[in-house]
Formats: sequence, C-alpha cells, structure tokens
Amino acid sequence: MREKILTALRRVARSGLNSFWRNRWVSSATICVMVITIGLITSLFLVSVMADKVLKDLEEKVDVSVYFSLDTSENEVLKIKQELENIDDVKSVEYVSKEMALGKFEEDHKNNPQIIKSLEELGANPLEASLNIKAKYIENYDAIVSFLESSRFANTIDTVNYRQNQKVIEKLSSILSATRRFGFISVMILVLVAILVTFNTIRITIYSTREEIGIMRLVGASNWYIRGPFIVEGVVYGLVAAVITLILFYPLILFISPKISVFINSINLSSYFSANVLEIFLMQSLIGVGLGVISSLIAMRRYLKI
Amino acid sequence: MIALENVNLKVKQGEFMSLVGSSGAGKSTLLRLLIGEEMPTMGEIIVGDVSINSLTHSEMPYLRRKIGTVFQDYKLLPAKTAYENIAFAMEVAGKDDLEIIQDVPEVLSLVGLQDKASQFPHQLSGGERQRVAIGRAMVHRPDIVVADEPTGNLDPINTWEVVNLLLKLNELGATVILATHDNSIVNSLERRVVLMDKGRIIKDEEKGKYLI
Repeated sequence: MREKILTALRRVARSGLNSFWRNRWVSSATICVMVITIGLITSLFLVSVMADKVLKDLEEKVDVSVYFSLDTSENEVLKIKQELENIDDVKSVEYVSKEMALGKFEEDHKNNPQIIKSLEELGANPLEASLNIKAKYIENYDAIVSFLESSRFANTIDTVNYRQNQKVIEKLSSILSATRRFGFISVMILVLVAILVTFNTIRITIYSTREEIGIMRLVGASNWYIRGPFIVEGVVYGLVAAVITLILFYPLILFISPKISVFINSINLSSYFSANVLEIFLMQSLIGVGLGVISSLIAMRRYLKI
Repeated sequence: MIALENVNLKVKQGEFMSLVGSSGAGKSTLLRLLIGEEMPTMGEIIVGDVSINSLTHSEMPYLRRKIGTVFQDYKLLPAKTAYENIAFAMEVAGKDDLEIIQDVPEVLSLVGLQDKASQFPHQLSGGERQRVAIGRAMVHRPDIVVADEPTGNLDPINTWEVVNLLLKLNELGATVILATHDNSIVNSLERRVVLMDKGRIIKDEEKGKYLI
C-alpha cells in the first residue's frame, strides 16, 4: 500500500513538474510577481527587525535622573534609593554622590581650563547628588516620576530630569507603526495580485490539458490523481520564486548593509541575514508555497470539473 | 428536453449487444449514463450489483476502471506514443511499473500493434489509432466494454478489424455494448440488437437485424 502511494506521488509530481516546464513562459510571469511579493514581505520583515533593534537600543538609553538639593544627606538619598528599588516597575537605581559627580564633571571638562578655574574659585562642591533610575518598561517612567514628586521626599528633590530620548522614541515608534501599516497594505495588494496571476496561469494549464483531464477521467483516474499535478505546479512556483528571491536578496543586502551601519552602527544587516538565512528562506518558501497552493485550489474549484 | 424516456434495458454478463438508431436517438446518452459521465434525473442504473446512483464522487473512478470505453474520436493523448497511451491508463489506476512493463506489450500484440509501439497517434492510421484505444480499454481487464461509434471514421477493412477485436474481447469474457448506425456490421454479427428512436427503445431482438 505504501509503495502504491509512493508510486502515485511520484507520478503526480512528475506530471506537475512537466506541466510547469511546458508552460515555462507563462510560468515566468507568475514567478516574477511572486518574487516581488515575497521580496516585499522579506524587506518589510528586515526593516521591522532593524527598527525594533534601534528602538531597543534607545530604550536602553532612557533613564530618569533625580537631583537632590545640596543639603540632603547621603543617608537620606540611600534610603530613597532603597525605597525606589522596592518598586516593581524599577529595573535599577544608580547612586551618584556629590564627589562622583564632581569627579565626572572635572573629567568631562579637563580640556577647558576656564571651567576648571572657576570651579576652583568656588571652593566648595556645587554639584548635587543624584539617582539614575531605569524602569523596566518605557511606559513606567511617568508613574515613577509622579511617585517621587508626591512622596515625602519631594522637598529634598531639586530637579527631575527626564531625558529627551523619550520624545525620540515616541516619534520613532509612531514612524515604525506607520511603516508597518503602509507595508501591510501594500503586501496585501501584492498578495492579491500574485494570487490572481498564479490562478490565471493554473487556469491556462487546466484549459490546455482539458483533453488529458477528460481522458484521465475516462480511464478511471481518481480525483486527487487529477488534481495533484496542479497543486504540485503551484508548489513549484512558490519554491522557485523563493529561491530566486533569496538569490536576489543576498548581494542586495551585502551592498546595503554597510550603508545602514554608517547611520546606525549597532546594526549589521548582512551578519543578521547570514545568521538567519535558513529561517528567512523557510519563511519565503512558506509564503511562496502558500500563495501557489491557494491559487491552485481556487483555479481548480472554479475550472476543474471532475 | 428529454434525452431518454422509459428506457428499461437489461444486458446479461458476457453478452454482445448492438445499440442502433439514427443520430440523436439517445445511444450516446445511454452509454454516458453507464460510465457515470451523466446522472439520470429519474430512474436507476445498476452495473453488476452496484447502483451508479448511489456512488459518490470519489467512488466513480473505480467504476470506470471496470468499464473499458472506445469512442469514435479515439481520445488518445497526442503527445504520447501508442505504448505510453496504454501505459497511461495503467499509471493512472495506480498499477506498479513492473506490471505496466509486462502488460502493455502483451496488449499491443493482442491488437496487432507490437511494431508501432513507439509511434505517436498522428503517425498512425485511423484504424491503428482505434486499436490503440481498444488496447487501452482492455488493459484493465474490464468486465464491460462500451464502444460508441468506434468505426464511424474508419474504412470497411479497418471497421472489420475493430469489430473483430471487440468480438475477441467478448470471447475473453467481457460484456460488449456497441453503439453504431452501421447496418452492415449489425446484420452480419447476428447478435442481440436494440433499436432506439427519440429516446425510447422501440425494438429489442436476439440475433436481430438493423434494416433502414
């Protein structure tokens, strides 16, 4: 029985491949549209991966610095630190003492003798102790800041510095979601076009083999034996399109990758692509095969009367 | 429009029956009903002990493997050789390769085409094409052979070769139903003749004649 099924599968596959080859000019148009569709989906995926990485990097840089007035004792600040650390949303709290702040300030401005001189003239340390707070999620900062401002330490707090990155991140995520929305719509349109074109190709195949189909019925071919080759044809379109897309993408990414790294140096697109090439190809193949099979099924439903 | 009306026909196993009548009398429709190409709006068709009416879509192919069919226009695949056309019927039915290699040459020599195995249909004469078609019909060792005007396009000599092949199949045990309007065949066969007109059976005789 198993052998019988294998024999039938082999014959169905051969017949499907045959008709793919016989229609190779019509097939090439189908494959072109599929390549464009799969390529767009892949690009969208890569852009999304990169944007996520940029966002994550930026989020890492966001924190809130709380500066305490000069007369606040170190003990008091440490007590506040401990209290903050008990809050669930807080990821980490870093204490920067007056002395550390001064040291860092001097280090930052060692090439500017004027500032160093005026600092010396001042005699005392003018810098305030501070706590750098990192939240687990970017949405938590508002709550943390308002907790501090309404707490019993409010009078010891001089300023709360909410880094400007917040605005950049908000802007970036709105750009990203707009890109995704726009990308999704164009992908949907292309998917539709790809299905229509593939559907039409399979329809032509069905039409041109109608005589053969009639004879197959006559000599007692089972229904799936007649349908099988058309599904195989759809699968072959998808696979060939996926392979072509991958082949086209590889040099393209090698070319673009250094240009992206110039802007955002934490991103290395080509190494990401090489590391995930198998997954990407799998995704492309699944999309291609899915498109092909869906189109075949529609065409058969519509035109293959068994 | 009604193609067939009040048809009540019983063909015994191993019988050779000629179905005659002018064009449009309903001969082809009757045969198409028999192989499940069309479904009756009323009544029942029973092949062996199976009612065709009760067969599902996916069971139909198995019925067709028990019935060999021969048509006036041969219905051969133009891109396949004589050998491949016959092998195709076996492939489609899921026969394994070894069986195909054994059976096809045997069938080809039975229809007298062993030398033309690798010829394409367009390289064969009408009679040879029809013999390929008969070879294809008999390759499943069918219980029933249905021939719809198989000699319609053939000259008298080829006509007789085809009829003799059908007789040979009948001798081997197959029930043969031959639709034709060639009265010379029918009259010399001296077998059962069923005459149809306007969708009805108007005459049914053992060792009948067809006189028009």
